[in-house]
Amino acid sequence: MTSSDVARQPDKGPRGLNLAGHVGFDSLPDQLVNKSICQGFCFNILCIGETGIGKSTLMDTLFNTNFENFESSHFEPQVKLRAQTYDLQESNVRLRLTVVNTVGFGDQMNKQESYQPVVDYIDRQFESYLQEELKIKRSLHNYHDSRVHACLYFISPSGHSLKSLDLVTMKKLDSKVNIIPVIAKADTISKSELHKFKIKIMSELVSNGVQIYQFPLDDETVAKVNTSMNGHLPFAVVGSTEEVSVGNKMVKARQYPWGIVQVENENHCDFVKLREMLICVNMEDLREQTHTRHYELYRRCKLEEMGFKDTDPECKPVSLQQTYEAKRQEFLVELQKREDEMRQMFVQRVKEKEAELKDAERELQSRFEQLKRLHADEKANLEDKKRLLDEDQSSFSKRRAAAQLLQAQSFTANGKKDKDRKNSGFM
Amino acid sequence: MYINILILYISYQFLEKNSIGADLFGYVGIEAVLDQMRMKTMKAGFEFNIMVVGQSGLGKSTLVNTLFKSKISRKSCTPNYEEKICKTVKLHAVSHVIEEKGVKMKLTVVDTPGFGDQINNENCWEPIVKYINEQYEKFLREELNVNRKRRIPDSRVHCCIYFLPATGHRLRPIDVEFMKRLGKMVSIVPVIAKADTLTVEERQEFKEQIRKDLDANGICVYPQEEFDEDPDERLLNHRIRESIPFAVVGTDQEHQVNGNKVLGRKTKWGIIEVENVAHCEFANLRDLLIRSHLQDLKDVTHNILYENYRVRRLNESNITFSELELSSWPTENGTDKSQL
Repeated sequence: MTSSDVARQPDKGPRGLNLAGHVGFDSLPDQLVNKSICQGFCFNILCIGETGIGKSTLMDTLFNTNFENFESSHFEPQVKLRAQTYDLQESNVRLRLTVVNTVGFGDQMNKQESYQPVVDYIDRQFESYLQEELKIKRSLHNYHDSRVHACLYFISPSGHSLKSLDLVTMKKLDSKVNIIPVIAKADTISKSELHKFKIKIMSELVSNGVQIYQFPLDDETVAKVNTSMNGHLPFAVVGSTEEVSVGNKMVKARQYPWGIVQVENENHCDFVKLREMLICVNMEDLREQTHTRHYELYRRCKLEEMGFKDTDPECKPVSLQQTYEAKRQEFLVELQKREDEMRQMFVQRVKEKEAELKDAERELQSRFEQLKRLHADEKANLEDKKRLLDEDQSSFSKRRAAAQLLQAQSFTANGKKDKDRKNSGFM
Repeated sequence: MYINILILYISYQFLEKNSIGADLFGYVGIEAVLDQMRMKTMKAGFEFNIMVVGQSGLGKSTLVNTLFKSKISRKSCTPNYEEKICKTVKLHAVSHVIEEKGVKMKLTVVDTPGFGDQINNENCWEPIVKYINEQYEKFLREELNVNRKRRIPDSRVHCCIYFLPATGHRLRPIDVEFMKRLGKMVSIVPVIAKADTLTVEERQEFKEQIRKDLDANGICVYPQEEFDEDPDERLLNHRIRESIPFAVVGTDQEHQVNGNKVLGRKTKWGIIEVENVAHCEFANLRDLLIRSHLQDLKDVTHNILYENYRVRRLNESNITFSELELSSWPTENGTDKSQL
């Protein structure tokens, strides 16, 4: 009786329409922004660099706060990562910032495996997001996103070129995270050396095929700024939380005997550019790239690794559900097989044990019989001997009795005779 | 604009939970992320899908045209429109792209001609239920693909406007049945159509009676009480819940009233101004749907109703796809493209 038939327009795209008056959905971006304000934002930065290169100081300077860091030793046996989460608020925007620092990077003698803990950490965050997304009952809009949105790679200011450790690490990370290289402790390089250094670094990165994060150029309002900033990469930064008075103001600076390096002075270092690019202009784009590019790549690789495909050999679309079902059946069948095998083995073992025990029992029984026989023999022997002894004894006692009688008789006869003799003697 | 050079007022509020609150000693610029987000969403554009359900002749197309101030749906009473009494409920989806002050929106209106028009209306909601489920299913399949599109096209129904005829009495059985079944699947906004046949007192009584009937039958309409997240929202939504269903009048003709051009219906006894809150509640409906709660409608659909569908679907591992009688979705050119 009822059937549904959806008639749609021919698929050349929806028509544009002119509005005769003010409808009011121009407030839609505002509605969206208000909702996001209620929920709060989330941003995760990963800082990779050698010990003592100034990662924690730069984070303090960037976010204008004191993150309670402590110095790490240079004697770590392995590279570790330390993540700390902070809640910041500026006017009505709440930001949950997670700063992940590497501990012991570049300190070991053998640095071949240095990049591995970092890659593992990034993959772990992707994995936990993927797990949450694949759950049946999930709560994605409440989920605390811990995927790394930006990676600041600290290059030490040698003035020559990139170290091979830097190249290897960046190459491994460029498809997993947005890499922004920065030159740390830039107040040790002079202006001309810095210019040459930057060119050298960028050409090395290009020639090695390392894809660092490019500031997006598709939005007209920020394209101009981003293009010029793209030319200034990598940013040469100086970090400082100490304040020095310059002129009549207190500014963040580093004081040397020969002068004062002001952190927020664009002539002295690129710190302001970094802050603007990282936070003011491109934070949302960094998050979007992480989600749509790096995470999707990870997800695709992971699912393909697990055996899920979009199309089966006949090029018909296969859904995840069907593949999952098929795998589940396979798994159940294998489980059943294993269970049967185990059961069989168990039964066999039981039988063997039983046979063994039976043998032992039989042996014991025969031994018992044997001993019993021996015992009976012994007993019979002893019985015989006893009988003989008894017979001996009885015959002996008979003879003794007889002997005694004889003696008694002879005694009385003798006695009589004696008496007679005595008596006769008298006579 | 994106460089905010003014020193802003910084509040020192500590937030509990597992993280450490930190004071900001100076300007950082975190606020600029709001502008970034605004620009990105404006560039990407929005999608909104609305479904209108009700008997023919209740003014569904007129209301949609009035809401969006353009000729979106063709009215069934225009002379060129060939109307056949369809024996079945057919759903008819039309998409348009509208733009206002730089904000682009792809609006899809799904019409349901034939609903409630037959003599025997049993199960007339089934095609609608099937359509809504199909949209959820489509989205789910896209989401589960290994190669996913960057932006999954959203054709899920965000809002369903249900037209109640202005009888003045109470909810009819078909209304109760429909809203009971669909209340859990889609956000229903009931409206009293052609409300210019009711006086203000009759309107109030009718609305109260409807609210009582909704309560008695356990029907949840938008804004659903269980989805309120914080006290402010609850307060706001409570006020809205006190005044649903909105009594609306739709028109696309303009008349002169006191020297102003207003949208209204001209009758021999006066002009009913559509956007005048003293005359009818169209302005309230428009504010609710478009100006204040549009994003919320989409969020409720995505975060709650779609998730419910997904949980149910993924738990039904025994049912194969063919049993559900869903047509296979043809992919473009036979292959699945991952658009970057």
